[in-house]
Amino acid sequence: MVLTGAEIVIRCLQEEKVEYVFGYPGGSVLFIYDELFKQDKVRHVLVRHEQGAVHAADGYARSTEKVGVALVTSGPGVTNAVTGIATAYMDSIPMVIISGQVPTAYIGQDAFQEVDTVGITRPCVKHNFLVKDIRELASTIKKAFYLAKSGRPGPVLVDIPKDISAMKGEYAYPKTISMRSYNPVIKGHQGQIKKAVQLLLEAKRPMIYTGGGVILSDAADKLAKLVRQLGFPVTNTLMGLGGYPATDKQFVGMLGMHGTYEANMAMQHCDVLLAVGARFDDRVIGNPEHFAEVPRKIIHIDIDPSSISKRVKVDVPIVGDLPEVLEDISKLLSAAGDRPDEKAVKAWWKQIDEWRGKDCLKYDRKSKIIKPQYVVEKLYEVTKGEAFVCSDVGQHQMWAAQYYKFDKPRRWMNSGGLGTMGFGLPAAMGVQLAHPGSPVACVTGEGSVQMCIQELSTCKQYRLPVKVILLNNGYLGMVRQWQQLFHGNRYAESYVDALPDFVKLAEAYGHVGMRVEKPGDVEGALKEAFKRKDDLVFLDFAIDPTENVYPMVQGGKGLTEMILSEEL
Amino acid sequence: MRHVISLLIENEAGALSRVSGLFSARAYNIESLTVAPTEDPSMSRITIVSVGSDDIIEQITKQLNKLIEVIKVVDISEAAHIERELMLVKVRATGKDREEMKRMSDIFRGRIIDVTETTYVIELTGNTAKLDSFIEAIDRSLILETVRTGVCGIGRGDRVLRV
Repeated sequence: MVLTGAEIVIRCLQEEKVEYVFGYPGGSVLFIYDELFKQDKVRHVLVRHEQGAVHAADGYARSTEKVGVALVTSGPGVTNAVTGIATAYMDSIPMVIISGQVPTAYIGQDAFQEVDTVGITRPCVKHNFLVKDIRELASTIKKAFYLAKSGRPGPVLVDIPKDISAMKGEYAYPKTISMRSYNPVIKGHQGQIKKAVQLLLEAKRPMIYTGGGVILSDAADKLAKLVRQLGFPVTNTLMGLGGYPATDKQFVGMLGMHGTYEANMAMQHCDVLLAVGARFDDRVIGNPEHFAEVPRKIIHIDIDPSSISKRVKVDVPIVGDLPEVLEDISKLLSAAGDRPDEKAVKAWWKQIDEWRGKDCLKYDRKSKIIKPQYVVEKLYEVTKGEAFVCSDVGQHQMWAAQYYKFDKPRRWMNSGGLGTMGFGLPAAMGVQLAHPGSPVACVTGEGSVQMCIQELSTCKQYRLPVKVILLNNGYLGMVRQWQQLFHGNRYAESYVDALPDFVKLAEAYGHVGMRVEKPGDVEGALKEAFKRKDDLVFLDFAIDPTENVYPMVQGGKGLTEMILSEEL
Repeated sequence: MRHVISLLIENEAGALSRVSGLFSARAYNIESLTVAPTEDPSMSRITIVSVGSDDIIEQITKQLNKLIEVIKVVDISEAAHIERELMLVKVRATGKDREEMKRMSDIFRGRIIDVTETTYVIELTGNTAKLDSFIEAIDRSLILETVRTGVCGIGRGDRVLRV
């Protein structure tokens, strides 16, 4: 069948069963938009800024098991998208970005809206392609989807020059892809798995530490089975929340820079650590030398060999797909019939419960000013823990992570790796489109939300009833907190003067805005907001401007060198 | 420690920039890098000489393997291997220096491949140390120009890097 390049692009998206493309038109993608216009299987969501398109595709992907798709034009379309692409890359989110490029003959001539897209995105994509031959267009798109989803997922960009999208060529969509240079390992090494089981059975102070890999590989069920089988404590990283039910008694909370006292203490003092789909990053284990001071055996399961022994030396590396490997470990444990050292593990739990007794997330509940923690707790209650929660980056992100108890995977969307302010609102649009009728909250700050505030307009156009939970303290709060603690209270440029009236702003975009100033009004406002199922409600909570996130491990310090709340 | 890493990569536009970009992005060291297609024109072979601790070299090989277009990576310096580098040196060759330069070239088993009334171009092959010592051995002020290919290497005996 002979089709134009633009027709081929749309055919490929249909073949991949793409529901939504988030994008913004421009000169180099006009032929592709023309073909989008002529069909109705693939629906296009017109954002207001390309960064929003990529974050929306990202939120869509995080909350489903599907690949997010974004479509942008050449030049500024691509450069605007880069922040979104880097965000997805750092968190290993499966995504395909299609970008227009100037016509092949113009490439390299500094043409209007020309940028070296493949060069500019190379360090922040899993892979990228420049299509120079119409005959390779369909197979390239097929490869892009395959690469984005398989192995350690990530964003893949396909750059299509305008003449290629206009040109005619033979179309056939390949059914399968085989690449001699790319074969992710799925099955774990059986010898290594045996060693891991042996270590787990011998452990006196065991700990299970799981990350975003559990969410991305849909391994939560297998993880829960293994954790219960072993009876060991489990902690999640910021990216891994929801990977294990937060309300379960074996869950000791999030670990890391703002992790719970008990999670960080247990992580540091365990003698056998099972790391599952996590990467020991600096926000999670703090200073690696301090972490290594306590001797422990580490088992690390990950699909990406380069994540293993990168920051922390590992004793039993297992490369493979998490559900497969976790299942193998479970089976081997059952078959062996051996039980972990129950007496030792019981004593270990006693120690952990003592640490738990510190109640490190305690805050002033009698405050006359709204405490941000209280807002998140009420959000959890009002939504019965069933909401999809997106966040931006900063204090509000940490409070959401600490106080909203995620029991299911894919309910918590945040930019953990790159830490991109502006992520929350557009991501929430993608989530809402993927889950129409479900409650979607965007917990944000007045700094972050203004970085992609224009997407309120997109929400109106597509009737996306996202609930914006703005924890407004008038400060770039996390910056202010660091300045207070580590820079002698010199609040350099962290106070945001001249904030807009967010209620009026929401109304200007055609939404409902509410300002909440008293603790007594928090619950009512949230209930009212979630009752309005068809409206985007923008809740502006005036919170305590000086509230800090605790516990806190200062950058470069050891995991157990925590600063605790003054409440303790 | 100095390591010689050999890899096979799809012979596609931009593949080399992924490799070099990886080294700069992750602050790895490149002492030299050579690249050329193999007997199978769909593949190129790259030889990289890098310096780093064992942990860093392990990360380098893992990160290289992670690049989609990289087919195979081997640290050939982990076992017995051969390294060679080619150097061309243009020297001033007049008067008594002309005879001396010819003699030095012979001692180092070089070949003079271009001759004018005043210059020679000497071709020299060997490991890095040998080429360095040739430069040391001749009168520096006579050197007009040098060009080196960087190291290429291959495992000894049965150690083979192929698909």
